Amino acid sequence: MAQVEKTRHLLLVYPHPDDESFGKAGTVILFTRAGTPATLICGTLGELGRNMGNPPIANRETLPKIRRKELEQACEILGISDLRLLGLRDKTVEFEDPERVADRIEAVIREVKPSILMTYYPGLGVHPDHDAMSNAAVIAVKRLPKEERPVIWGSAVVHEPEKILGEPDFVIDVSSVLEEKLAAMKAHRSQFSGIFARVEEALAAGGQAREEALRLLGTERYWVYRIDD
Amino acid sequence: MNRFVGDDVYLHLETTNGAYAAHRFGQPMAVCAYIRNGRVRFERAAIAGNRPYRVGLKMEQGWIYAEGLTDYEVDEKGRLLLAGHDDEGRLAVALQLSRTPWPMSALEEEA
Repeated sequence: MAQVEKTRHLLLVYPHPDDESFGKAGTVILFTRAGTPATLICGTLGELGRNMGNPPIANRETLPKIRRKELEQACEILGISDLRLLGLRDKTVEFEDPERVADRIEAVIREVKPSILMTYYPGLGVHPDHDAMSNAAVIAVKRLPKEERPVIWGSAVVHEPEKILGEPDFVIDVSSVLEEKLAAMKAHRSQFSGIFARVEEALAAGGQAREEALRLLGTERYWVYRIDD
Repeated sequence: MNRFVGDDVYLHLETTNGAYAAHRFGQPMAVCAYIRNGRVRFERAAIAGNRPYRVGLKMEQGWIYAEGLTDYEVDEKGRLLLAGHDDEGRLAVALQLSRTPWPMSALEEEA
C-alpha cells in the first residue's frame, strides 16, 4: 500500500460529473486532507446520462443542471475548491479536435502547476469520452518541458487491467475515509441510486458480502502513464 | 404534438442502451443514436400503444418514429419532452420537440 502525502497540487481531468468520485474519491480526500490544493477539470455535464434517478428526478434537459449541482456537492466533500467546466458535450469529446481540448487542459496545467495529474489510463477507460479526455491530457502534458510534467496517475475501467499493465504502481488504502468517500459518491444521486441500493444492501448483509464490499470500496488503484519521448 | 404540426421545429431524438452496456451489463454492444436540433416539419402526428407508447410524425418526405415511450412533460418553455424509462428509471429513448433550438450546453443556456 502506498502512503498519500501532501503534494504541490493535484489536478483531476475527467469528462463526466461522478468520474472524480467513483473509484477515486478516497485518494482525493486523503490528498486534500493532507493539505494538497486540488483542481478538477470536468469536460461535460454528463448530458446524455442514462440514469435519471429512480424514480426519475431529471429529464434530458434538466439532467445537466442537476448533475452540475451534484458535482459541486461532491467537490465540497472531496476538498476540491477549484472546479473548471469545459462545456463540452457528453459522448462527443472524441469527435472534438484533441489538440484544442489539450489547449484548455494545458492552460490549466500551466496555471496551477500540478505535481500529480489524475485521469483515466489512456485507452483503458472503456467509455470513449474517458479515453478522449485522457488522451487530450497526455497531449497537454507532452507539451511541457520534461522537468515540469506532472506524474500521470491513470485509473483503468477495463476488466483485469493487470493482464495489460501489470500490477498497479499505487494501491491506496482509503478505508480511513470510507464514509467521506461514500458521501462523495452519493452526492451524484441521479446516477447512483441503483448502485447504492446494492452497496448498502451488501454492507447491511454482513458476513462475506460486507467484507467484499468493504474490500472493493476500501482500495483504489492507479497505474502511472509514462510518456516516452 | 398537434401544436407543432406544420411549423419548423427542432427535434431531439435519441435511443441508448448505455455506454457500459457491453462492459457491465452483458449485452453484445453499446448502442446509441441521437440527433440534436434536427430542423423538421411534419404534417401529421400520432401516438399509439398503451404504455409504452409509439409515436409517428409524418413528414412530406419521410417519417420520424420512436417506440418505448413511457413519460411525457411540457416544460416551462412549452417544449414537449417524451421519454421511455426502464424499470430502474434509466432513459432508453427520447423524442423532444421545440420551437427554439435545444441548448448545446447547460453553461450556454445560463449565459
